[in-house]
Amino acid sequence: MAHDTTHGEHSGAKKRIWQVFIILSILTIVEVVLGIFKPDFLVHTDLVSLSLLNWIFIVLTIIKAYYIVWAFMHMEHEAASLRRVVVWTGVFLISYLIAILLIEGTYIQEIYESGYITWDF
Amino acid sequence: MEATTVAKTGTEGKTWGGGDEKPLKASYGKLMMWFFISSDALTFSGFLAAYGFTRFKFINEWPIADEVFNHFPFLHGVDAPMYYVALMTFILIFSSVTMVLAVDAGHQMQKNKVVTYMALTILGGIIFIGSQAWEWSNFISGEYGAVETRSGKIIQFADSEGNRVALEEFSSASPKDRTQHEAKNGIWYNSEASYNPLSIEDVKNGFAANPDLRVRTMEITDEGEKEILNREESLLKLNTSGIGVIQGANLSQNEYGAPLFGGFFFFITGFHGFHVLSGVIILIIIFFNVLVGTYEKRGSYEMVEKVGLYWHFVDLVWVFVFTFFYLV
Repeated sequence: MAHDTTHGEHSGAKKRIWQVFIILSILTIVEVVLGIFKPDFLVHTDLVSLSLLNWIFIVLTIIKAYYIVWAFMHMEHEAASLRRVVVWTGVFLISYLIAILLIEGTYIQEIYESGYITWDF
Repeated sequence: MEATTVAKTGTEGKTWGGGDEKPLKASYGKLMMWFFISSDALTFSGFLAAYGFTRFKFINEWPIADEVFNHFPFLHGVDAPMYYVALMTFILIFSSVTMVLAVDAGHQMQKNKVVTYMALTILGGIIFIGSQAWEWSNFISGEYGAVETRSGKIIQFADSEGNRVALEEFSSASPKDRTQHEAKNGIWYNSEASYNPLSIEDVKNGFAANPDLRVRTMEITDEGEKEILNREESLLKLNTSGIGVIQGANLSQNEYGAPLFGGFFFFITGFHGFHVLSGVIILIIIFFNVLVGTYEKRGSYEMVEKVGLYWHFVDLVWVFVFTFFYLV
């Protein structure tokens, strides 16, 4: 437990905080630079109905989320059971929600585009 | 008498029999904070997934974030996409770092360090809320203006090179009579529409008088830019379907694109901003408790740890809002 840390472990905790801050900053800078320059080959390469650039953004975001939860919220020091209760619940429910809604959104978009009614007049 | 009741399970003292061990090896307070965070995470996911749904529904006409959020303080008229929101992200990440440093100092029972780091965290939170207010004010007042069409779409204006042109640059307000809406003259709960000196006729006249102007539709081309019509199509489009003038954004329409874009922006960033605000208030309460020595006497700074969990969660949500509103 973090409460009864010796001195050596304590400076390790501090080091970890600054290390995670640097990682989060670098990831954010990479995101912003990619967002400003939008390299053409990343924008125009599609992978499972999203451009490669958007996949990079999403993956980097999830990595950032991992570091915030594990290091800042001390999830790495909690019991494995608590980690699973929180993370698995979220991950499964959110994946399901996103899948259902995005599939439905795409379907409605197709109706708009190929339907017999004009939506823009 | 005592033999008939089944009061014992044989698991007394063990974890699943409700033994003295803490469930999931976490204190009550921290466990309840995790419950709250899980449910709040699902709430935000619901909002963001609904945003994704709407965006996929209008995938070819959604506003391009770089064009909407391109302001930076003291840089008027300079196109600065993303810089400001990146700065906001750094402020929030840094306030997370000071928060976790405060928690760490709490573990060492170093009251003065807890006070300093919490004060810095509160400061970061306040700066973030202020930045968001500035962002909202830019979003609400708008920059170029747009024309609403019969079908509820919008059209924007550009010159022949494709640079955006504001409505005021080519149209001037003509004198008109304006009657004030009074409660006694109509349905009492209908309030007066916001006042815009430009009417759709002014815009149409101004557009016809400037042969250089083009209509920019909501449609996104293969190059990832908004489609610009040629002069004849532009005139036809504006004259047949333009019905009203939009300046800035409100809850029912906005000059950037799909009306729902404004709705989602206000709702999701507003709900997140509300979390930051309540986080700051809770932090201030705990801050004063630290100052008067409550946790020193209690022998544990766990309360700082719990408010820290909430604060990091707010940062976590912002990481996702940043990605889905500004980057993707």
